Amino acid sequence: METKNIIIVGVGGQGSLLASKILGDLLLRQGYDVKVSEVHGMSQRGGSVITYVRFGDRVYSPVVDEGEADYIVSFEILETARWLSYLKPDGQIVTNTQQIDPMPVITGAATYPEDLVSKIKAAGVKIDAMDCLSLAREAGSPKAVNIVLLGRLSHYFSISEEAWQEALAANVPPKFLELNKKAFALGKDFQG
Amino acid sequence: MKELMLGNKAIARGLYEAGVCFVSSYPGTPSTEITEEAVKYDEIYCEWAPNEKVAMESAFGASLAGRRSFCAQKHVGLNVAADPLFTMSYTGVNAGMVIVVADDAGMHSSQNEQDSRHHAIAAKVPMLEPSDSSEALAFTKMAYDLSEQFDTPVLMKMCTRVAHSQSVVETGERVEHQKPYEKNIPKYVMMPGNAKKRHPIVEERTRKLREYAETASFNRVEMGGTELGIITASTSYQYVKEVFGDSASVLKLGMTNPLPEKLIKDFAAKVKKLVVVEELDDIIEQQVRAMGLEVSGRDVLPGIDEFSQNMVAKAFGKETQEGTKLSDAIPPRPPVMCAGCPHRGMFYSLKKRNCTVLGDIGCYTLGAVPPLGAIEMTLCMGASISATHGFNKMLGKESEGKTVAVIGDSTFMHSGMTGLANVAYNQSNSTIIILDNSITGMTGHQQNPTTGFNIKGDPAGKIDLEALCRAMGFRRVRVVDPYDLKACDAAIAEELAAEEASVIISRRPCALLKKVKHKAPLAVDKEKCIGCKSCMRVGCPAISMKDGKAVVDTTQCVGCGICSQLCPKQAFFSTEKG
Repeated sequence: METKNIIIVGVGGQGSLLASKILGDLLLRQGYDVKVSEVHGMSQRGGSVITYVRFGDRVYSPVVDEGEADYIVSFEILETARWLSYLKPDGQIVTNTQQIDPMPVITGAATYPEDLVSKIKAAGVKIDAMDCLSLAREAGSPKAVNIVLLGRLSHYFSISEEAWQEALAANVPPKFLELNKKAFALGKDFQG
Repeated sequence: MKELMLGNKAIARGLYEAGVCFVSSYPGTPSTEITEEAVKYDEIYCEWAPNEKVAMESAFGASLAGRRSFCAQKHVGLNVAADPLFTMSYTGVNAGMVIVVADDAGMHSSQNEQDSRHHAIAAKVPMLEPSDSSEALAFTKMAYDLSEQFDTPVLMKMCTRVAHSQSVVETGERVEHQKPYEKNIPKYVMMPGNAKKRHPIVEERTRKLREYAETASFNRVEMGGTELGIITASTSYQYVKEVFGDSASVLKLGMTNPLPEKLIKDFAAKVKKLVVVEELDDIIEQQVRAMGLEVSGRDVLPGIDEFSQNMVAKAFGKETQEGTKLSDAIPPRPPVMCAGCPHRGMFYSLKKRNCTVLGDIGCYTLGAVPPLGAIEMTLCMGASISATHGFNKMLGKESEGKTVAVIGDSTFMHSGMTGLANVAYNQSNSTIIILDNSITGMTGHQQNPTTGFNIKGDPAGKIDLEALCRAMGFRRVRVVDPYDLKACDAAIAEELAAEEASVIISRRPCALLKKVKHKAPLAVDKEKCIGCKSCMRVGCPAISMKDGKAVVDTTQCVGCGICSQLCPKQAFFSTEKG
């Protein structure tokens, strides 16, 4: 199998490390060779962050480059636009529509671009966009945006529901499992 | 059992399996997780040391005692520990000792992009470079055998992409290795007479290591197409394989000091064109050229930033896929101080007074970015205090009344204390602000000698900052709460005006600490808000303007109240119920 590439993008502190951990574990359980590359340190302080997940028969590079991503999983719509060039021509985006102003926008040095979802659609890109923050709140915690996104992503994978649930259970603390299961289901079953 | 493991965690597993008993480190991205993972094994004693030099010397002591030992640091940390390293090369070890240095090509979280391989060459110690987690685990174990076989500390170089990538590893069992301590003055007391006898031993060891490298399993040839032969190491190997697969031949070096000359020459003879693919400095390339071989490398690939598969592909004239781009300008998203960060209030006060702020290494370095833009110098750990001393000595009254040093609690313990001793001893009228957030913040919350807890979170010795400063002779030592802007203003004004050196301890725990209880988020009364943007001057990521009025993001706000102290109309109110 040719190596498949996923990038998970967002704002430092939004929970991308847990999302990549669950994905990596899931794919390893499916028998793939897997590599996950993360960013720690200063960028985590509210900066733009990207995590790479690659799987296949034999994976060499731990990073995904421009034009290589089969999937972009995004926690924030400006970040979706920032990393858009990483998507393959026929790639799929799964994104939260939440907007978080970066500091240059807060200080007035820059403006937040409008209508990003429609602009990305107009560029001929497959984008599945939803308000994951509201769904996460519905599940019980605004922090569950990452699991809502994974639930949505599961649509595009031919991996059984049981396997996803198993990876979820193995990587979230037991006391938050029910909440996360609910978040996963809300993301998966969302009717856009 | 096969599992997905972070490179740094794989090293910790390697330490466990190699029978390591002692780990001492100072945190530094991208090396921190090694020690955080090692402490999870009961068999390994682990600690955070005040700095890398202390960590390395402590690990040396453990090796001397006959227990396998370890320390880890980032590239700039190895500069701090270079002193013991260079002479440990002469003394050698008793039980095996391995030192990890984690480079940060691309400077994800660092102040420079130095290549630590220079340290291995200069200190004349072997260096290993794993290229994924599986090798990180295996090399760690093999490094201890190498250390004991050749009586040398072994450097193992990680880089961000190996340290912070997860790949598949297979774990094994722990094997104990212990040796007795034996007194050996000629070997361990490095005064001139003894050191003169040790230096030839070091040179002879390097010669033997060079021989060993020719057949060592760390290095391997993967023959493929012979038009192109690539010599590579570390994460660069992965990019090379990604681009070329088996279409080119590869000499993968797992041991990058010393280099195997015969192996390299044999490989060169089998291929038409020889290229070295290595991140940062052209260290392998220059040595290969010195062997009399025709080689390329730096002419096609830069010595700046980290590589990727596209970068390597383009260097060899291969096409890469371009992605879609929108025509909109995408505003950058630099890292910022978190909502509720206790450093914010102090920086706002410093900026308002137009102070010259000489900074240091930590989260608070972000005080240099807009809109605060308060820091004017950041060099290395501890430099804020020493540089302020020199600055004031030269400019005198002109600067004494407006210049301050800012340094975090952990950085102060690391190497700020000696700078402060210089202020006390050589008597500059300097004002030092210790930003005490009661944790090592930037690297992800590690304990330090001022927090009162050890690496396991258990109670430990606690250094009293006020008492320490007073003991050094500072009469003006005061503590302020950085959430109280008036108190910050007063402290800065009074201490800068004072005719003697002073220390302000700006004390409030990091807002991200779990133990810190937050107040309810604030909200804005839209009727009262006049859209003056006074609250925006502190650069809080939780505040933005919508339709001419301030809006608070309640998912981020921790109710610190700095913004409400700036509001001329008292438009902020607490969302606390009841």
